[in-house]
Amino acid sequence: MDRFIFLTVDGLSRGAVFAAFALALVLIWRGARLVNFSQGAMAAATTYIAYSVTTASGSYWLGLASAVAAGLVIGALTERLVMRRVDPSRPLNAVIAALGIVLVIQAVLGILYGSAYRAMDVPFSRRPLSIGGQAVLSPYDLFVFVTVAIVMIALGLMFTRTGVGLKMRAAAFNPDMARLLGVDVGRMLTLSWALAGAVGGLAALLVVPTELGAHPHATDLVFVYAFTAAVVGGLDSPVGAVGGGLCVGLVLSYVSGYSGSDLSAVVILAVLTVVLLVRPAGLLSRPAARQV
Amino acid sequence: MLDRLARHRLARHLLIAVVAGAGLVALTYALPPFRNYQLATMAAYLCATAGLTVLVGLSGQLSLGHGALMATGAYACALTSAELGDAGVTAPLLLLGPLVAAIVAAAVVGGVVGLAGARLHGPYLAGLTLTLTIVVPAITTTFADQLGGDQGLSVLVEPAPAGLGIAFPLERWQAWIACTAALLTMLLLANLTGSRFGRELRAVRDDEVAARLAGIDVGRTKVVVFVVSAAAAGLGGGILAVLTQSVSPGAFSLAFSLFLLMAVVIGGTGSLAGAVWGALLLVALPELTALLSDNLATSPRLAERLDGNLSLLVFGLVLIVVTIVLPTGLQGLFSSAAGRLRRPSRPSPVDLTHQPTTDTEPTDAQHTSTP
Repeated sequence: MDRFIFLTVDGLSRGAVFAAFALALVLIWRGARLVNFSQGAMAAATTYIAYSVTTASGSYWLGLASAVAAGLVIGALTERLVMRRVDPSRPLNAVIAALGIVLVIQAVLGILYGSAYRAMDVPFSRRPLSIGGQAVLSPYDLFVFVTVAIVMIALGLMFTRTGVGLKMRAAAFNPDMARLLGVDVGRMLTLSWALAGAVGGLAALLVVPTELGAHPHATDLVFVYAFTAAVVGGLDSPVGAVGGGLCVGLVLSYVSGYSGSDLSAVVILAVLTVVLLVRPAGLLSRPAARQV
Repeated sequence: MLDRLARHRLARHLLIAVVAGAGLVALTYALPPFRNYQLATMAAYLCATAGLTVLVGLSGQLSLGHGALMATGAYACALTSAELGDAGVTAPLLLLGPLVAAIVAAAVVGGVVGLAGARLHGPYLAGLTLTLTIVVPAITTTFADQLGGDQGLSVLVEPAPAGLGIAFPLERWQAWIACTAALLTMLLLANLTGSRFGRELRAVRDDEVAARLAGIDVGRTKVVVFVVSAAAAGLGGGILAVLTQSVSPGAFSLAFSLFLLMAVVIGGTGSLAGAVWGALLLVALPELTALLSDNLATSPRLAERLDGNLSLLVFGLVLIVVTIVLPTGLQGLFSSAAGRLRRPSRPSPVDLTHQPTTDTEPTDAQHTSTP
């Protein structure tokens, strides 16, 4: 039972990170109707930036801030320099261009930093605190939960309570109509990408230090898990992404806790295949009147 | 005579294959061993890129998992060759058996993915196949007892048959094997894309609803093309295993799958001739960038970092630029240039519509790749 509780908390903690990362995918999907396959590589880049800043300044928080800022910049640049120029009439082109960005980012990181894992520190202890003799939650887990919750509440408030959020929703819902009503749709799209870059960068920074550390490929699996989370929840639904992320985190934690760690990636492949075969639009989706 | 040949697709393709085969045999005698080995590698890649270009270009399904499918073929090849070797089987069965196993294994995996893919659109299938590629190392370590973990497996390969002479170099024999496989793959795919099935594929790609109304079983068509494409990738993987005489998960990374996709995109999606260009680039670009990084690197540490990463960078940049600037790929560029040169001699507009032209291109698939 002890082990079960420990694994559940650990799973929720990792799941919260995948949820945030999945949210980044959902942000771009809702704005541009494409899955950002370069999200993982973009987050790998911001992780290295955090690593460099933290190493130079000695402050974790400065590194965190610079990772988020870099995520904003990289996301906006990707949209402005590449994605905007891709012919939208063939949907595969955007995916292919995003994969090109993956190769470029990973190559640049490999040239700048080499292929050794760079261990990163976390600001709080990862040793679980005991409540009534029962090891439950580490301070770092708490930090992860609070950070992800703040990000989600902030995004939620922004989309529902601010003028910019309303414009972004309008631009995503009906670009032509929004344009007629005076919304700068292109700028809203850039903003979506920037926000996604920042959220993805933050999520990666929460999870990468708990594993082997910064590496050009450190976020490949994170992307796969987040993609699975987004698919499980439905790419259109932010709430679904959060639920999907938590589910994926729990599944991973139970599988790696009760069997061998190597199986978890295989299990995720199985989950993804089954969900796509049974409910391609996500477990939470309602039947659509028309599928495009 | 030529006119009749041009209209008979199978005969034309067979003739091209025979001519190409004869040219390749002559080439293998002219090339030094290392170049022959590179030619063989290129032929192995060509099996996979040709299968992928048919899948992406004609059916509109994007697979990032062809590296994993090649890995499936390579591992099936290694396991079968070990079994056959233990049973005392010798050539030619020791070569053909594993390759057939490679094709079958990849086709089975491709069938499962294709079944999921038949119901999916763009990003979902891409994500599923991406996951397949990323879990390959995890699968090989999970089943380390059978698949050898990170070290991989070795493949039992016999030297060239004694009938060819004692001094016959192994590399030339390898080039013969690989080029035979590539030519057969190209021949089959060229006929497939030009056939009724190829037209059905294009119909499905362009408008699923219209295709369904025309009586095409959309799901079946998508699964079949995925299986065919996977089988071609499996053969490529099997050939690669025979060439390197080993299999390991490191050879089939995500980057490798993206390289295959890049080769297809640069060649021009849907164009079998473009797949040849792509395969050539896959072999030539790493060598060129290695040359470049040798000249650029001032210190051994920098050289180590540039090694491999520089080709990754070039591949990525090329992928982005080609997608934005040249959506029809190299072959599209050549075709339109050739079309411009030839246009004045075209007799009447009738020729442009229904009559097959007397193009000596190996396939007419590239005409369909324009958006």
